[in-house]
Amino acid sequence: MFDWKWEFTWEILPRLVYATGNTLIAAGAGYVIAVVFGLMLALAQRTPSRALTFTVREFVEFIRSTPLILQIFFVFYVGPQFGVRLSPWMSGMIAIGLHYACYLSEVYRGGIESVPKGQWEAAIALNMTTAQKYRRVIIPQAIPPALAGMGNYLVGIFKDTPMLSVIGVAELIHTANAIGSENYRFLEPYTMVGIIFLAISLPAAGLIRLFEGYVRRKLGL
Amino acid sequence: MGLYDFLAQYWPRLLSGAGITVAQFLLAAALGVAISLCMGLMKLSQNALLRGTAVTYIEIFRGTSLVVQLYWIFFVLPLFGLTIEKFTAGYLAVGMNIGAYGAELVRGGILSVPKGQWEAALAINMSPAQRMRRIILPQALVNMLPPWGNLMIELLKGTALVSLISVADLMFESRQINSSTFLSAQVFGAALVIYYLLARFLVTPFMRWLERHMARKLGRA
Repeated sequence: MFDWKWEFTWEILPRLVYATGNTLIAAGAGYVIAVVFGLMLALAQRTPSRALTFTVREFVEFIRSTPLILQIFFVFYVGPQFGVRLSPWMSGMIAIGLHYACYLSEVYRGGIESVPKGQWEAAIALNMTTAQKYRRVIIPQAIPPALAGMGNYLVGIFKDTPMLSVIGVAELIHTANAIGSENYRFLEPYTMVGIIFLAISLPAAGLIRLFEGYVRRKLGL
Repeated sequence: MGLYDFLAQYWPRLLSGAGITVAQFLLAAALGVAISLCMGLMKLSQNALLRGTAVTYIEIFRGTSLVVQLYWIFFVLPLFGLTIEKFTAGYLAVGMNIGAYGAELVRGGILSVPKGQWEAALAINMSPAQRMRRIILPQALVNMLPPWGNLMIELLKGTALVSLISVADLMFESRQINSSTFLSAQVFGAALVIYYLLARFLVTPFMRWLERHMARKLGRA
């Protein structure tokens, strides 16, 4: 019943390892975009302008409740219609970065709201400007409680990278598809991809838990 | 082609796609809730074998990507003589994936029921099954409903991936329309809005209603 061919497995392994590199690069680059843009989205919701807050909130809600795969298609295909041609990598990173920026903005928001009121008042009492207040008092205290959530979304972004295969980014699933249709064998490539995902995301989740515990102890929580 | 003309021409296909999406959503949700309950309870069991099974299931489905699981179920299982029709494979994969996330919510919900409730049930001589069904689970349900709301949105988004194995859902229909007309902004824009409407005006209000309804039943509203 188990028609597993080890020879074939070893033969395709180098290609899969190479594709794993691409997957990790995609996840890393997407995450950097998400971390930076997410902070901007979170801060934009804290300005005195009610209109801006409302617009950003609705935008975040919209992105969070629609499928990432559809957003990837949207970014990839709508650009050329208006004369902007983006490469698969470029549009993939924009879509995935933007999607997770919205999730991360919620994580930051929780972190910022967890900073005690006294800290805000103290910053005002010291006559800090708004920029100083956020940079030197609020954000450093908002990040540690947000770290757990940020870590979970790093693993989440890694697990969502296979969706990039639909626009031709040569990550793991894309490579497994190619191997499968070249050799008419899907058992080994897809199973290996599953194992590679487990081998990366389980230790990563464990490390994040350890790191979270470490930060909590450091903060005396 | 303007948006109005576009919708006038293609609304039947978008609508039938949305119908398939809703069907996939409902079937996957039913399966996901059942698996969550089973696995969540098993993970709390005294029996090491049951606990081990649940932990393995949860880690495998949370540690790999939904796309990988979907491809595995659809392309690899037939090699073991288990051919599943694509529509079934779709909601099976999405439901099993969500079940793994839901199991953790069930476990958390049960653990959040105060210890006194367990002791009281023991004191009035209830069997473990009675205790779970009549005392613990109803309270656990109320505690875990808010995160279930988020999970249901994730589930709705997850159903978009069944288009990858050619289930004719909303995502699939939009891709088809896009490749025959190249009206990307119109078709993907319309699909995004439909997903948003489903999430915002169907799933979320229903989950809110359920939260209120259950809280009222327990006399907590």
